[in-house]
Amino acid sequence: MLRQTWWKILCVALLLFTIIAGFLGGVPARPILYETIRNFYFHVAMWFSMMIFFTISVVYSIKYLRSGRQQDDIYALEYTKIGIVFGTLGLLTGSLWAGFTWGAFWSNDPKQLGAVVALLIYLAYLVLRNSMTDMDKRARIGAVYNIFAFAMLFPTIWIIPRMVESLHPGGLGGNPAFNNLDSRMRLLFYPVSVPGWTLLGIWITSLRIRLHLLQERRHK
Amino acid sequence: MLKKFCFLLLISPALLFSLIVQAQDGGGDKPVEMADALRSNGKIYVVVAVVVAIFLGLIAYVARLDRKISRLEKEIK
Repeated sequence: MLRQTWWKILCVALLLFTIIAGFLGGVPARPILYETIRNFYFHVAMWFSMMIFFTISVVYSIKYLRSGRQQDDIYALEYTKIGIVFGTLGLLTGSLWAGFTWGAFWSNDPKQLGAVVALLIYLAYLVLRNSMTDMDKRARIGAVYNIFAFAMLFPTIWIIPRMVESLHPGGLGGNPAFNNLDSRMRLLFYPVSVPGWTLLGIWITSLRIRLHLLQERRHK
Repeated sequence: MLKKFCFLLLISPALLFSLIVQAQDGGGDKPVEMADALRSNGKIYVVVAVVVAIFLGLIAYVARLDRKISRLEKEIK
């Protein structure tokens, strides 16, 4: 599965389409946003991909707790890492976007803060793991912490930012369902952009996992 | 096989969202100015070309890594 090429070619095709259609395709004209609405295919896609990676990661963490197989722990660790990378990219691209639309690179917006807290909790996962030398203990405690970190994604990013006043769409209980988009954008975003970026992350992670497994075999 | 299925399962709700698209009528206020200048003088194509070039370069790097790892895996077998 990890070595097959079809989904890697699909990934490149989807992302090429995202880039070309993202810049040249039609978008609705909205005040404040203007053409920057195109950032949707990149910034928001980063967050969607991050959620998918963290979900995969927590599934492998639970699998590890049930099986004790070191392979599950490696998968969980690597998917967490790519999730952190994509989340950080989401934060950076969001900050860039905000600099031009909201007037400041950082506004202490609830969603911005929530995202930082969520990512810090995941960074702590990496620190926690490295603080332990016993491999089994590291994997087990890491897996439990990963479940907690995943659970914390929801109040920090999905729930609280929608309950309070926010610059992001959806604040104060409003409709967060991206009501600035039109059907052209949705058709490019959900079936093309998100799978494209997700597959890229999976490709990179698969390489890291294979490298990890190779190193394990070499040391045997 | 299971991973393929799980992946499709995770993606499918997102695909279904495209079914409930609704047209939003913003109400005709004054037109919002977009970057039609860049589009009309052709410079937008330069932007696209640059981004595509960077992207393909990165993909070439990842693909090379992939092949190197595949070769290593065959060796160690």
